[in-house]
Amino acid sequence: MKLGTRFPRSATMHRLHELRRSAMNHFVTGLAVFSTVLVLVPLVAILGYLIYKGASSLNLAFFTHVPAPVGDPGGGMANAIVGSGVILGLASLIGIPVGIAAGVYLAEYGRGRILGNLVRFTADVLNGVPAIVMGIAVYALIVAKQHHFSGFAGGVALAIMMIPTVSRTTEEMLATVPHAIREAALGLGIPKWRTILSISLRTASPGIITGCMLAFARVAGETAPLLFTAFGNQFWSFDLNQPIAALPLQIYVYAVSPYDEWHRLAWAGALVLIVMIMGAVTLVRIFANRGALQGGH
Amino acid sequence: MGVDIRVENLNAWYGNTHTLQDINLHIPSNHATALIGPSGCGKSTFVRCLNRMHETNPIARAEGSVLMGGLDIYKDATPVEIRRRVGMVFQRPNPFPTMSIYDNVASGLKLNGFRNKRMLDEVVERSLKQAALWEEVKDDLRKKSGASISGGQQQRLCIARALAVDPEVLLMDEPASALDPVSTAKIEDLIFQLKTQYTIVIVTHNMQQAARVAANTGFFLNGKLVEFGATTTIFTNPHDKRTEDYITGRFG
Repeated sequence: MKLGTRFPRSATMHRLHELRRSAMNHFVTGLAVFSTVLVLVPLVAILGYLIYKGASSLNLAFFTHVPAPVGDPGGGMANAIVGSGVILGLASLIGIPVGIAAGVYLAEYGRGRILGNLVRFTADVLNGVPAIVMGIAVYALIVAKQHHFSGFAGGVALAIMMIPTVSRTTEEMLATVPHAIREAALGLGIPKWRTILSISLRTASPGIITGCMLAFARVAGETAPLLFTAFGNQFWSFDLNQPIAALPLQIYVYAVSPYDEWHRLAWAGALVLIVMIMGAVTLVRIFANRGALQGGH
Repeated sequence: MGVDIRVENLNAWYGNTHTLQDINLHIPSNHATALIGPSGCGKSTFVRCLNRMHETNPIARAEGSVLMGGLDIYKDATPVEIRRRVGMVFQRPNPFPTMSIYDNVASGLKLNGFRNKRMLDEVVERSLKQAALWEEVKDDLRKKSGASISGGQQQRLCIARALAVDPEVLLMDEPASALDPVSTAKIEDLIFQLKTQYTIVIVTHNMQQAARVAANTGFFLNGKLVEFGATTTIFTNPHDKRTEDYITGRFG
């Protein structure tokens, strides 16, 4: 059937209609492109400004030296870079398994149960707790009991902040796994726990990994929860039982100081932090996509 | 080898709906048995009771006894044990999308802790040959995802996956209803060959299909088994008026 033959309509009217439709199409496409640009502008602007302000202060010493006393030239943030790595490693080690396990409970066992709804509600509330409150809470729970600040306490604070994001995305991603696939597994005589572990979680893994990365990236830049927990220091330390340096803390201390030299180092630290987060996220993505099959997801 | 299935006073519910009412029948071993009837008549529920998949739905329950080779599957075994002995093929092909073709076939064994690689290779090859899929996929076994092949191939992959655990009974819930005529013919050929080694129960909307593959046919209507007997009798000389009405296309 030729277009426009269904209703009697003059050639001009048909042309006009076509013009309107095409104009609308262009307008809406333009709107979508404009919104995309709008989203990208802040990211590019921040990254550009950090490179402009920070790149000049970056040198080998920044990555190999501990902070120098005020007035001494040079010095770096090597201890803070390593400290951040240690704290984030610990936070991921605690937060990701607990978060995924909670998400599995919510999706596979807790549906429509009181405990399930309670856990879901708690996770949502926890997600809204300000970072500084989390710091104080962990201070009261761990630091005050042990009578000293520690890298461990910092890791725990960040882990607790990761859990809600990880568990809620795990739950949502598991819900997208088709029922037919679970039935296929159960129908083969595979026990439920095995089905969840090897079929459901595996099918949902791209989304779950994204959730973990979001949680990681979010806490990687947190300063407030570390103020009362990891506390920071100016020297090498890998001891989780002692105060430990972290990039966000170091940036905070340097940025509010009155010294120009420290301001420049703070800019460099911010640049390193953001590049490290982007690097970690990219690495995980590449690693997760390795061994993907043809025609799978 | 297949086993026979004796169903006695089987009743099933979804919530308050009484979907199966007092079903009694005997399915002979090493034959294909077809179940026909209009949509919602309970035939799918019935096959799902035969491997205790029915009860995976939280609001569903079943009562009565199903004896498989003399074993009461509701009293003397756990659902997991039963499902290892009773393979199931669903209406829509449901291969595991994250697994290769090889891993799909091996999944039933691997995920139950079976690790011998040489044996797994053998089982995968045998099962894919049984499902008449080997020649089409043997070069891409580990490269391609189970979801990347065509719908008809996926359904044969699901049959191979079910056969790999060496079941005694094979349940097929409208296995060809989502497939084109060529793929359907391949599935029917398969059923024809497999029925010598397994007890096959196939639910179908397609009466010609029942006539082609099954020795016995049961007609379900409104949750009841109206008539059960040799396929030729059911189709040429049914005893019940309702069966006759259905197969002559007067309703349903």
